Amino acid sequence: MNKKIRVVIAKPGLDGHDRGAKVIARACRDAGMEVIYTGLRQTPEQIVETALQEDADVIGLSSLSGAHEHLFSRVCELLREKNAEDILVIGGGVIPEDDIPALEKAGVKKVFTPGTPTKEIIEYIKANVKK
Amino acid sequence: MVDIIESLKAGDKRAAARLITKAENNEKEAFEILKKLYDNTGNAYVIGITGPPGSGKSTLTDKLVKEIRKKYNKKVGIIAVDPTSPFTGGAILGDRIRMQDLSLDEGVFIRSMGTRGHLGGLSKATNYAVKVLDIIGMDYIFIETVGVGQSEVDIVKTADTTVLVMVPGLGDDIQAIKAGIMEIADIFAVNKADRGGTDRLVAEIEMMLDLNPENTPWKPPIVKTSAVSNKGVTELLDAIKTHKKFLKETDLLKTKRISNIETEILKIVKEELMSLITQKENHDKRKRLAVDVYHKKIDPFTAADCLIKIIKGG
Ligand SMILES: Nc1nc2c(ncn2[C@@H]2O[C@H](COP(=O)(O)OP(=O)(O)O)[C@@H](O)[C@H]2O)c(=O)[nH]1
Ligand SMILES: [Mg+2]
Repeated sequence: MNKKIRVVIAKPGLDGHDRGAKVIARACRDAGMEVIYTGLRQTPEQIVETALQEDADVIGLSSLSGAHEHLFSRVCELLREKNAEDILVIGGGVIPEDDIPALEKAGVKKVFTPGTPTKEIIEYIKANVKK
Repeated sequence: MVDIIESLKAGDKRAAARLITKAENNEKEAFEILKKLYDNTGNAYVIGITGPPGSGKSTLTDKLVKEIRKKYNKKVGIIAVDPTSPFTGGAILGDRIRMQDLSLDEGVFIRSMGTRGHLGGLSKATNYAVKVLDIIGMDYIFIETVGVGQSEVDIVKTADTTVLVMVPGLGDDIQAIKAGIMEIADIFAVNKADRGGTDRLVAEIEMMLDLNPENTPWKPPIVKTSAVSNKGVTELLDAIKTHKKFLKETDLLKTKRISNIETEILKIVKEELMSLITQKENHDKRKRLAVDVYHKKIDPFTAADCLIKIIKGG
């Protein structure tokens, strides 16, 4: 047996660049994970379908605009519809502290604010991923 | 296990995704399931897409699959292999970036795989992933190889038709031709034909093909494509279909598949033997033999013979 953690990194919504998402992607790779990188402008439907086909253990969502609340929640909702809520959903990007409780209530397990060391994110994933 | 088998027979994508993971992780259960469902394999037509990194393999696959979906409404599986870092064991699998619109198509299933230390352009489990997608009813299966150049040998042993994607202006084109990867191509796609140097590259490939014996039954066609602007894709798909028809009519498809299965059996045997050799108890014996060789009590050839006898003895 030779299990690897598989992570889908996605940036839903129409805004901006994916620099932050790339940093996380590389950190996950360097921690020995397999990162499925999907690029910009993904809809929640695309992200969830990708995660199912790739049998992902983790979905990492990145957002730079105010649209995160709706988009992140929708991803969690779709996962529940597909009986796939065992996939660990985490978020990052420019997300005001005030928005975090609502996101966590929607099913995002953890939201990382800008400046969180990547090491902390990796450790969180390793500790919380469903084995 | 019964549940999984029924789900797979019904074409369940989630069950397929999980089974591929099990095969990748080398879980025994995966192989037990594949044994039970082996009768359901062999229906899909497998197309390999190989060529250097950045030549447009993913973009071209995306366009070919869209064409198949639109024109023939057949189901398509895609397996995209990217390199695993030998240092960390991690990988960034980025081929889906070029296939974003396909992820919501009901009739398409895309799976990204890391090589996980396997050389030869595919991962060890790629072959199993092909079977899984075959079982859930995919009519065509595309395999995009790593594309590291000269070691793309696995794909010919896995695919029915292999497309070699080349691009003009990658430096010394002739060098690539000499390197001996050209033999694997059933079809050449000269991609990025929107750029300069296309005709020169086509001429070079033609020249190289002219060196082949004249009576070879299949002469690989060269198709100019521009994947980003969806040009030449219909022609490339036609070439694939022509090759498929040729293989079927000449019965070469059967010959080729039997030869591939032979390779597959050999691989499984090799792995079983390797795992026998590396078992703990044999490890200790090996260590002792090495010490004996060091002290010149025996030579390494005799030591190897001893080890083989131990394995044969069970
Ligand atoms: N100019 C041009 N660029 C292309 C063409 N096909 C692909 N590309 C670009 O080449 C780059 C690599 O393509 P990709 O499909 O990822 O290549 P792969 O590494 O072989 O899978 C991308 O930026 C594509 O947009 C083409 O026909 N013409
Ligand atoms: Mg690619």
